[in-house]
Amino acid sequence: MTASAGGVVKAQTWNDPSARPYVEVERVSKSFGDFTAVKDVSLKVYKGEIFCLLGASGCGKTTLLRMLGGFETPSSGRILIDGEDMTGVPPYERPVNMMFQSYALFPHMNVEQNVGFGLKQDRLPKAQIQERVATMLDLVKMGDYAQRKPHQLSGGQRQRVALARSLVKRPKLLLLDEPLGALDKKLREHTQFELISLQDKLGVTFIVVTHDQEEAMTLASRIGVMNHGEIVQAGTPSEIYEFPNSRFVADFVGSVNMFEGSLIEDEPDYVRIGSAELGGTIYVSHGISAPPGATVWAALRPEKVFMSISAPAGGADNVVRGNVQDIAYLGDLSIYLVRLATGKVVRVTQPNTSRHAEAIGWDQQVYLSWDATSPVVVTR
Amino acid sequence: MVALPYLWLLLFFVVPFVIVLKISFSDVALAIPPYKPLLEWVGKNSLAIKLNFDNYAFLFTDSLYLHAFANSIKVAFLSTLMCLIIGYPMAYGIARARPAVRNVLLLLVILPFWTSLLLRVYAWIGLLKANGVINNVLMSLGVIHEPLTMLYTPFAMYVGIVYSYLPFLILPLYANLEKMDWQLLEAAEDLGCRPWQAFYKITLPLSRNGILAGSMLVFIPAVGEFVIPALLGGPNALMIGRVLWDEFFSNRAWPVASAVAILLLLLLVPFMMWYQSVQARESAGAR
Repeated sequence: MTASAGGVVKAQTWNDPSARPYVEVERVSKSFGDFTAVKDVSLKVYKGEIFCLLGASGCGKTTLLRMLGGFETPSSGRILIDGEDMTGVPPYERPVNMMFQSYALFPHMNVEQNVGFGLKQDRLPKAQIQERVATMLDLVKMGDYAQRKPHQLSGGQRQRVALARSLVKRPKLLLLDEPLGALDKKLREHTQFELISLQDKLGVTFIVVTHDQEEAMTLASRIGVMNHGEIVQAGTPSEIYEFPNSRFVADFVGSVNMFEGSLIEDEPDYVRIGSAELGGTIYVSHGISAPPGATVWAALRPEKVFMSISAPAGGADNVVRGNVQDIAYLGDLSIYLVRLATGKVVRVTQPNTSRHAEAIGWDQQVYLSWDATSPVVVTR
Repeated sequence: MVALPYLWLLLFFVVPFVIVLKISFSDVALAIPPYKPLLEWVGKNSLAIKLNFDNYAFLFTDSLYLHAFANSIKVAFLSTLMCLIIGYPMAYGIARARPAVRNVLLLLVILPFWTSLLLRVYAWIGLLKANGVINNVLMSLGVIHEPLTMLYTPFAMYVGIVYSYLPFLILPLYANLEKMDWQLLEAAEDLGCRPWQAFYKITLPLSRNGILAGSMLVFIPAVGEFVIPALLGGPNALMIGRVLWDEFFSNRAWPVASAVAILLLLLLVPFMMWYQSVQARESAGAR
């Protein structure tokens, strides 16, 4: 029943109909005045998961997290944790701990006192507190800093102390609000993996709020993409990336080329889309459910587009000519911006697998093509 | 330009202080001014300095003075305590209010300063006297049948002092609480604190400097307070400021009065230094 995160999932608990969800959010809404921050959200999170709520700022993800923590009361709906209705249960009585975005370390206490605060509050014997604090500080590699005050620590160290403080009470559920937001890029990547291994070791269920899609992809067993207070899609990172259910999700998670068009042929096992924007037709090797003549969008990831100087073999579908307008060399891969005859600019990424690759330069006429399995057709 | 504050201090603090210090060491004389000079030409080429320590010795022999000092400190201490009990919730409420409401509340705290202190103390006489507003209202409501004696009692004096000095406690405390990160309270609750425990363990220790600064701003001037005890406290309110006034104007004993003033200053210096160090810590941002 354990799921190790990082996109690799050992057991997909959420697909097991007999599994009991650990956290259940049932039709929860939250309004502040006439502003609805969270709109009719339902969600099930299972034991041992790292569930990421991903969305832009103001999408309601933090409000949802704060409702789980007990800091906000839902306007309607209810939240169950481990089968228990949390309505009216104050934060100090929930089996939940939260790691705040600002870390919220107590400035007048040293690291040891900060981490031991919750245990002291529970009136644990002194020796036991000391032992658990020491163990936890070792786990986050802060053992040498026990006597420091928060203002004497770096951002990364504070993050570790905050994490230790929220984990030391052995909560069943840990809520993390932008846990890595204040760290620089290198440290963030490093900490992501540490967070995953820590979670795996302790078996705590994580619900993480983040606006950083890369962070969500790395950490999450599942991602819930939020927009305007709603969860627009929930699924594993690869589901979200490869099978986005809307233009918003396709666009928000990773970069994407979006071609507007209408269905020319709509068969159970394939569709053909005529797109004026592309100046060609798109053949997709799976059927979709949309009324005939409906406007649809074909989403095509930049890394799934092939680029060649000579015309690729095959029919007239899934190929288009363009002119290389811009190249960004990133080392491991290069990004090409190719302008089509229609004026549409297509983003193409190519891994630099060879040190002496076929030279495609600026203003080069190229053919863009893709597999019939690559585009995702979305109807909204 | 840099010297300007020093010039100010020299002119309005050091010079008057030296004058008072000088008078405190001189003899009383029936003259104008009513004391003898410290320096006197004796003979042709010799200047004699005569320091008279009697004035100070006198303060310690007559129990009136020590009594007045002790009473002043007691009154100032209790007033500070009452200001704190009343002022802390007010400062806390203002700091946690919405910004628009907060400005109105702050204005209300500062508003009394727009009229003179004397006027406000006289207003309290009108409220507290035997046929004053409070007694009249209570009698017409039938709560009491004869007027309560409130004016010219310690009660009236404390009311006056607490009322007058409350803003001095609220403002620095508010400035401190306003900087507080309220998420810390959520973190404390998250870790198992009830709201009052979070207040006791987080808010209170973090506002320590604000409490000290506000308390000093009440305590220091309250020790030497003259007007309020004189007007509201009646004849028995023995405060050092009152004694000082009596010595200067009734007894015309300027040297003794000056000695009282110097002693009062010496008494308050440690508190002022403490206040300064608290202020320095507060502005350095360390808690």
